[in-house]
Amino acid sequence: MVDLISLAVKSIFVENILLAYFLGMCSFLAVSKKVETAVGLGAAVIFVLTITTPANWALHHFLLREDASLWVALGLEGVDLSFLVFIAFIAVIAAMVQLVEMVLDRFSPTLYNALGIFLPLIAVNCAILGSSLFMVEREYTAAESLVFGFSSGVGWALAIVSMAAIRTKLLYSNVPQGLRGLGITMLTTGLMAIAFMAFAGIQL
Amino acid sequence: MSSPATEVAPAKAPLMPFDKKTRQIAIDPLIDNNPITIQVLGICSALAVTVQVERALVMAAAVTAVVAFSNVAISLIRNLIPSSIRIIVQLSVIASLVIMVDQLLQAFLYDIAKSLSVFVGLIITNCIIMGRAEAFAMANPPWQSFLDGLGNGIGYGVILITVAVFRELLGSGSLLGFQLVPQVAYDLGYVDMGLMVLAPGAFIVLGLLVWAQRTWTGFTEA
Repeated sequence: MVDLISLAVKSIFVENILLAYFLGMCSFLAVSKKVETAVGLGAAVIFVLTITTPANWALHHFLLREDASLWVALGLEGVDLSFLVFIAFIAVIAAMVQLVEMVLDRFSPTLYNALGIFLPLIAVNCAILGSSLFMVEREYTAAESLVFGFSSGVGWALAIVSMAAIRTKLLYSNVPQGLRGLGITMLTTGLMAIAFMAFAGIQL
Repeated sequence: MSSPATEVAPAKAPLMPFDKKTRQIAIDPLIDNNPITIQVLGICSALAVTVQVERALVMAAAVTAVVAFSNVAISLIRNLIPSSIRIIVQLSVIASLVIMVDQLLQAFLYDIAKSLSVFVGLIITNCIIMGRAEAFAMANPPWQSFLDGLGNGIGYGVILITVAVFRELLGSGSLLGFQLVPQVAYDLGYVDMGLMVLAPGAFIVLGLLVWAQRTWTGFTEA
């Protein structure tokens, strides 16, 4: 249990998926202009990451890795489908996003309307695929991959919401011509990344 | 993302492989319509793999190959793809190409492939590739699409390598692994800028580079 809490703290603050691994920068830059939309996208990312990381873990564990459980059970030792990881993961992510969209539409129209336009965007957010690939690389267990997926999402949402808040303030400042837009956002993100580095070394 | 390149009309005239307009498709993305600094696509990997020049070179080559060939493939089948499922079709074309690149890297450049870790796989979700497929290859013939892919891949590479040169030179005092800052300098008290090797260094170098590039080309965001 302590391990899991420590993993959560690590992936939210110390190794923030956006500020330390640069994943999900495209939508981070595009959607961080207003706090409300940032909150919406952040929530959608948490939601999708919490579902897809464990789903991809199961797929990898039972089907794709070398000597995966299914093939061993069938007596086919040595089958290694790990080269299919990329295409399988992206398919799962796209399907999950579609599924989440349909379920939300059916059962929670309010949430669907709030997240609606962001959901399709999420399929090509590198943070989602990135977390699944990190999950494989770091050999997480089922419980760890659930916690990792959720807390990566929380970390990403935290970063985008704070960025949106800063950019709202930035509207009132006099930024040099060429630095407006992407330039100043990058520099601000750099400063945020430095601030988050203060969390390094936190151990539970 | 209304880049000038998307306004090029589908060529109906006999294909001129190297006339001025066609050449422009490949040259434009290098500076004037650069995918990273102007179109704001593919930032994630631009930041992550730039600690060392060597990694940046390999990554640039991988992305250029994927974007050029995915543009060709999607351009060839552009009239057959139903628009409702085009994202899935594009993703599967791109994912198959990335698998090939990944296998090649693991076979021939294993150490670098390991150090790039998840970022080879993340070429799939690199917005440059989806963006060019959607904005250019869906509306233009294969040869033009190939040049557009090549130009955008190289434009991406130029930024990647520039950022990597700064980060490696200032952060470790070397280029491509060769020590450039002499030992004497360290003896006299010169210290490498540790910040450059860490994540914030990437954001700051790229931010300053965007500033310089946009001041030069006079591009402003609407």
